[in-house]
Amino acid sequence: MTATNITSAGPDAAPGAGGPDGAGLGGSGRLGRLREAFRSRRLVAGTSIVGFFVLLGLIGPFFIGNPNHIGGPQYAAPSVHYWLGTTQIGQDVFAQLVVSTRASLEIGVGAALLATIISIILGISGGYAGGFIDEAVSLLSNVVLVIPTLPLVIVILAYVKSGGLVPLIVIIALTSWAASARVLRAQTLSVRNREYVLAARASCERPWRIVLVEIMPNELPIIVSQFIFGMIFAILTQAALAFIGLGDPSLLTWGNMLNIAYSDEALSAGAWWWILPPGLCIALLGMGLALINFSLDELLNPRLRVYRPRRPARGVPAAPAGPAGFAGTAS
Amino acid sequence: MRFIARKLGFYLAAAWVALTVNFLLPRFIPGNPVEVLIARMQQSGPTPPGEAQALAKLLGLGSGNIFQRYGQYVDSVAHLRLGLSVSDFPTPVSSEIASSIFWTLILVGVATVISFVLGVGLGALAGWKRGTWLDAIVPSTTLLTAMPYFWFGLILVYVFATNVFHVLPASNGYDTSAALTVGFNGPFIASAAEHAILPALSIIVTSIGGWLLGMRNMMVSTLSEDYVVAAEAKGLTSSRIMIGYAARNAVLPSISGFAISLGFVVSGAIAMEYVFSYPGLGFKLVTAVSNDDYPLMQGIFLVITLAVLGANLVVDLLHGFIDPRTRIAR
Repeated sequence: MTATNITSAGPDAAPGAGGPDGAGLGGSGRLGRLREAFRSRRLVAGTSIVGFFVLLGLIGPFFIGNPNHIGGPQYAAPSVHYWLGTTQIGQDVFAQLVVSTRASLEIGVGAALLATIISIILGISGGYAGGFIDEAVSLLSNVVLVIPTLPLVIVILAYVKSGGLVPLIVIIALTSWAASARVLRAQTLSVRNREYVLAARASCERPWRIVLVEIMPNELPIIVSQFIFGMIFAILTQAALAFIGLGDPSLLTWGNMLNIAYSDEALSAGAWWWILPPGLCIALLGMGLALINFSLDELLNPRLRVYRPRRPARGVPAAPAGPAGFAGTAS
Repeated sequence: MRFIARKLGFYLAAAWVALTVNFLLPRFIPGNPVEVLIARMQQSGPTPPGEAQALAKLLGLGSGNIFQRYGQYVDSVAHLRLGLSVSDFPTPVSSEIASSIFWTLILVGVATVISFVLGVGLGALAGWKRGTWLDAIVPSTTLLTAMPYFWFGLILVYVFATNVFHVLPASNGYDTSAALTVGFNGPFIASAAEHAILPALSIIVTSIGGWLLGMRNMMVSTLSEDYVVAAEAKGLTSSRIMIGYAARNAVLPSISGFAISLGFVVSGAIAMEYVFSYPGLGFKLVTAVSNDDYPLMQGIFLVITLAVLGANLVVDLLHGFIDPRTRIAR
């Protein structure tokens, strides 16, 4: 997002993330915080949803036969035998859905991980180094941020024409790191002149050690939150790419399922059981991830906690940290 | 003045990066794309003389070293010599783009503005009445935001066009079966508006959540500012405090976020146009990709990117105009 938000997100998040015990280095403090966190209904709901999908993706495929097996009747409605009906050529939609979960999660985690690593390297080092490096890095990330991602990814994929998971993950990561690099840079700028960083510098610690040991742990919550937004973004991007036919057809993902369903005219056949579940899985997983992020913000942002007593009871959760959270969703 | 110059410089740099990426990418095409494309063109009709050279220059595969090639490429793009479409031979790429850009501009533009106004308005209200039922339903909008645009479009088609209710058209930008002349006339506009309802709805519903949430949170933060308390102490009416004091300041981040989210909306609109076979740039881009129509693909990518950059520039300048702090800061 733009600078206005970054600047307002910086000081907001700083008190929660800053300080030696802020990132939860002390054992009892961390446990207390976790307990407090799980009192939030949003976090419980979010982790349950995400946990469900992770379990489904991890162990689900072992209980499912070959998802491409053609054995059932064509376009059978959901029944006891086929929980989510069958496809146009008689494949079990439920089996496909379960197997797709794994690849979709792999793409989400892989691309988000790579994008987060890039943003840590560029964002934190830029913010810490300052001067020319900082100028160059923030110019680069601003440029990457304003160039619309999906058209770029579409064009790259159309030229490169390589199937498989890894190229896709790399391309999505290379086009989506910029927003979190900006957030991390802003945070690093506010952390770099704190006393403990100055103390480390005064005792002649090497720069990479200051960055890795002193600064990064204090930005861990922001990094986690950016990772989660990266995951939502990657899953949505992959789904859109696969839907318009740029996915690897041999790979079973939610987006690929929708692509095949659409081109096999599931709509005119009235096969809602083939169209509805993949998109619903994407939306639910995205919602679960977003809920985790909101409660993370709430937990780490004392300014938001101040509001809690003011609200009427009824357990309405406090506000998520607006700017940073919003930035991730919108970009 | 300096502010405008800086902004202009930044967007020029961004445009240059997009242009250069576009120059470098065709190198990844295996084999000799120029020969392949010319051969495909010749299957559909005679190619004009010099087309092979023009195509090579456009794809950055001309003669000479890389700098000369870059010069030839920039020259072609600057003079809008975007080549001929391969899939729709021999229509020039520039007229393909011209025929589809207005569909996307109007649809995406109107839908985005509606979504922004509605989302910011509802968000301001939810933040103002925090803790009430209106505020309590805000988290559920994350589900809307996490939905893929195109999938929601499919559901809309299923419900309102093909299967449940047969009230709205499922595809195309206007009624192609009726004898309508494309232009500024009543029947055509009525038909186009009818065809735009579902695509616009899929953009509005899936993008409203982001505005709503961001505005609500800023509103809650702003309400604790001293000037709001002062306004309350002065005994101003609550609607005046809400709109003139709180919302007016809380909306600033949403306006600056508008620029970034525009790229997101345009991206979402590509897959959405594919669902509705909407005759805009996104649908053209998908068709070009599936036909390996490199000149058309390249032209559309450049136009979309430059349009988004231009819109960002306008929003940035507007933001500097509304919020003087951004003019001096940084």
